[in-house]
Amino acid sequence: MWYYEKKLQYPVRVSQCNPMLAKFLIEQYGGADGELAAALRYLNQRYTIPDKVAGLLNDIGTEEFAHLEMIATMVYKLTKDATPEQMKEAGLGAHYADHDKALFFHNAAGAPFTATYFQAKGDPIADIYEDIAAEEKARATYQWLINMSDDPDINDGLKFLREREVVHSMRFREAAEILKEERDKKTYY
Amino acid sequence: MFTQFKYWEPYISPFDPCPPMRIKSYSTPPQLYIPFQPKGLPQFKPMEALYRGTLWPALFSPYPDPKKRGDQDE
Repeated sequence: MWYYEKKLQYPVRVSQCNPMLAKFLIEQYGGADGELAAALRYLNQRYTIPDKVAGLLNDIGTEEFAHLEMIATMVYKLTKDATPEQMKEAGLGAHYADHDKALFFHNAAGAPFTATYFQAKGDPIADIYEDIAAEEKARATYQWLINMSDDPDINDGLKFLREREVVHSMRFREAAEILKEERDKKTYY
Repeated sequence: MFTQFKYWEPYISPFDPCPPMRIKSYSTPPQLYIPFQPKGLPQFKPMEALYRGTLWPALFSPYPDPKKRGDQDE
């Protein structure tokens, strides 16, 4: 179970009225390499991974939900005061037609979220390597988002999130080493 | 020398509905331990290489574990 702390992991500030940024940021909300896919992937893999690394998946999967609500806050702040006309101009006309200002789990191109974005193979090496790849892809996504954004406050939050991907990748790489380790040499024949 | 299979003991609850599997295993094939394949590694004979799927014994990964007789304890 979880305890909820009613604050964001890192403060989200938005300095410019720029609803179009929300259209791009939604990639990290409901996209293939987004925070929802990451959280669900790790929290689901926990059950069948060796217990030596299950706690890591628990902790990182939980943190991904903290990132998810940071992205949600950014998207909400960027769109909440936009008129239907501004939504249209920002390329969010199709979103507005279906959802008004509500957030929805889809990627920047509007493709709805799907569980096929991630895998649970059951093979600990395959699963951890997928997790490392997922972190690198999320890091790249944050880079492309930062490249497109000229809002210094949004970029501050995105740079924090990008750095967390770097740290998570490091931890998963350590987990791979733990899985490869020759422990207590006991062999079970 | 590395091993191609690792074994671990999952937590067994007193309330599990099925008889427990006390030992679980997973595969750690040789490519995990070779950062960049060095030149000049020993090779199988051509016919054996065709059969095994690799020229190099260092890359050969048997499956399932040829040394294991079942997932029982001890």
